[in-house]
Amino acid sequence: MKHPWAVRIGVVLIAVTLAILPFALAQVGTAWVRITNYAVLYILLALGLNIVVGFAGLLDLGYIAFYAVGAYTYALLASPQFGLHLPFWIILPIGAAVAAFFGVVLGAPTLKLRGDYLAIVTLGFGEIIRIILNNLSRPVNITNGPQGIGGIDPFRVGEFSLASPQEMFGLDVSGPIKYYYLLLAVLIAVILVNLRLQNSRIGRAWEAIREDEIAARASGINTTNIKLLAFAMGATFGGVAGGMFSAIQSFISPESFVLVESVMVLSMVVLGGMGNIWGVVLGALLLSFVPEILRWTVEPAQMALFGRMLIEPEVIRMLLFGLALVLVMLFRPAGLLPSAVRQRELTARGQGELTERST
Amino acid sequence: MNLLEGRGIGKRFGGVQALSDVSFSIAEGEVFGLIGPNGAGKTTLFNVLTGIYPPDKGGFAFNGRALDGLKAHQVAVAGIARTFQNIRLFANLSSIENVMIGRHARTRAGVWGAILRTRRTLEEEDGIERRALELLDFVGIRARANAPAGSLPYGDQRRLEIARALAIEPKLLALDEPAAGMNATERVALGKLIQAIRASGVTVLLIEHDVRLVMNVCDRVLVLDYGEKIAEGRPAEVQSDARVIEAYLGRPRAA
Repeated sequence: MKHPWAVRIGVVLIAVTLAILPFALAQVGTAWVRITNYAVLYILLALGLNIVVGFAGLLDLGYIAFYAVGAYTYALLASPQFGLHLPFWIILPIGAAVAAFFGVVLGAPTLKLRGDYLAIVTLGFGEIIRIILNNLSRPVNITNGPQGIGGIDPFRVGEFSLASPQEMFGLDVSGPIKYYYLLLAVLIAVILVNLRLQNSRIGRAWEAIREDEIAARASGINTTNIKLLAFAMGATFGGVAGGMFSAIQSFISPESFVLVESVMVLSMVVLGGMGNIWGVVLGALLLSFVPEILRWTVEPAQMALFGRMLIEPEVIRMLLFGLALVLVMLFRPAGLLPSAVRQRELTARGQGELTERST
Repeated sequence: MNLLEGRGIGKRFGGVQALSDVSFSIAEGEVFGLIGPNGAGKTTLFNVLTGIYPPDKGGFAFNGRALDGLKAHQVAVAGIARTFQNIRLFANLSSIENVMIGRHARTRAGVWGAILRTRRTLEEEDGIERRALELLDFVGIRARANAPAGSLPYGDQRRLEIARALAIEPKLLALDEPAAGMNATERVALGKLIQAIRASGVTVLLIEHDVRLVMNVCDRVLVLDYGEKIAEGRPAEVQSDARVIEAYLGRPRAA
């Protein structure tokens, strides 16, 4: 540590900010606390996908499927759908395990694929899961099809429910605020896990297969297992995030798990900086909050300027989103906060190393 | 005792018989040279040995155990490490990380160890780093430990690849044209490094075009031409073998 005091003060400031943030946001509107919660869910997803894409270098376009698997596992085990109401601390690990299993199921047939081919297969996998969820209402009704599952239990410990408002320590604590603290705790844990994985024997093995699979094998790395491990770990985080999404929403349907969501999460990873945990966090924050800020500013701004709505916020969102991606790819191809290694990779490729390597 | 024994190795790619019925054996502690003109099948033999392709016929026995059907990483774990003719480093990672990756097969920490940072994991990590530095020191590039591997000069990249291969603790180190692209001084230094590797108890299999290097460091040599073994023996014997001369220089006109 070069500046121990500066670092410590910074950490304390960030911690205090994060601790009082939901109450400050609640002053503006409870909607903003919810938006923050969804942003944290997206960060969790982006961090999970970063293991697969950023660490191991396996392009996955169907990542949202694992989110769906986690969400539906939670919904089926804690809702009137089957009359099951298991506690969350049992379901979340089950959801994570089921998602990890699907991660391996997806990973196994794609082991020999790379780049574009892998992307297409994973894209197909994502769609398959969504379509299955959409159609698993007949002949036996499991998922309730496109109508989705409602009345999903919130996180609850005894009488303490995270969904209902409550007065604690003289403060009005709403449901979203409670979930915020839970999500924050999970996020900190996930970031810690990611940092530790990255600087470990497993993390190095992921880097090795990303850089050169043949050399990795010659170095004694069982590339099959290490790749499956990447898929399983990424899926696990997706599954946990999905379970929490289910509980927070209390209603889920296949519509929440469309391809655009996978693309969104991948964009967060790419925009922020593949392989760099803090970059990925930044990317997820930007892509979660900027659209919401637009939603709240575009309409009044146009009304003030032109006296009527010329362009819908949604249109502007996609326009800016596309523009942002193009600009980042042009000026910061390794992302806003690139990892040092990834940046080297991308510049080296610019000098034609990719062609040499593919021979 | 023979460390490696190849029996009747054959490999065909479409219409090309890359290797036919090649048999040889390498004794423990030897530096064994594999030479032959371009396209003779040397690298194919390497790739079959290290599990990149399966042989069509024949097979290898290593340290008394058949290597049949083993995958590349299993061959490495069994104790055969290799380098590549067209250097295959993890070019964007630092030199020391490259060597640390080589320790993968000899260490154990898994996901839980990494996440919980148990004392065993931390000790193992220390050991990996210490060994990696020792190996960088051994091949003479410790000063470049934190430089990206791809930024090293060519000769140092070859040395780094050797360090990474040694990190597996191989019994047999297979070097595919390690002197390619090196200048005369670097070649002399490489010869010394190979001698030092042998002195440390590692048997060396060496593909090389540089005749002087082969003559200096190899105990025995196997000569391949068009996928067939045409000679085997001490470098001096092989050098005067009529078939070897013919393979390299062509048939005398007078005949």
